[in-house]
Amino acid sequence: MAAFLVPIHIFIFGLAVPFGWITDSGALYRHWLVKLYLFVLISLPLYHWAHRFYFTLNDMRLGIPREPLALLCYGGAVAGTVVTAWVLLLV
Amino acid sequence: MSAVRPDKSKLYYPKMPATWWLRKPSYFLFMLRELSSVFIAIFLIVFLIQIYQLTRGPEAYVAFAQGLSSSGWVIFHLVALAFAIYHSITWFQSTAVVLPLRLGERAIPPGVVTALHIGAWIAISLAILILFLALRG
Repeated sequence: MAAFLVPIHIFIFGLAVPFGWITDSGALYRHWLVKLYLFVLISLPLYHWAHRFYFTLNDMRLGIPREPLALLCYGGAVAGTVVTAWVLLLV
Repeated sequence: MSAVRPDKSKLYYPKMPATWWLRKPSYFLFMLRELSSVFIAIFLIVFLIQIYQLTRGPEAYVAFAQGLSSSGWVIFHLVALAFAIYHSITWFQSTAVVLPLRLGERAIPPGVVTALHIGAWIAISLAILILFLALRG
């Protein structure tokens, strides 16, 4: 998922649009199909992040207690999913 | 009946220093790959904030996009893009190892599977770019 889709989006929104190579008014994001796509694109990699970040910090042996860290990571991903859905329903 | 847990003091706990991943290049690359998820997550959150600007009108959205052309954000996105591409390529390499494909009796070499994935990835990326260019308002 993240592997196939994220790089091109970083290119479009992080570089091409800010530099003015591509103009974008954002009108596209009001279409429900695009919203559905964006929901998947944004929310799923958050869980990927949560899992990676949790295990990486554990692996690094920094001595951070596990339970609060897990709550922060996975809870953050769940919160991110809710916020993503809310924002997409709003626009 | 519940399983009896061994006495905690008798378990072996390997002692790992916090810098173990700096010892070998391969460990370091593994950590870099893990770190890529952080950059991807930050990108997605910024992207979401940008979409949120639409609730304040198209002008706010365009202004936000222009704000991302500052050098700090450009550097962030370049680094994030490099991490994302590194993540993608290593993912395709590992997929080829984890899911070996067979054609009849012959196993397809992992390099070919990786190349096919990379080809599909480039095709999907181009398709998204073309769709975006065709449909943007």
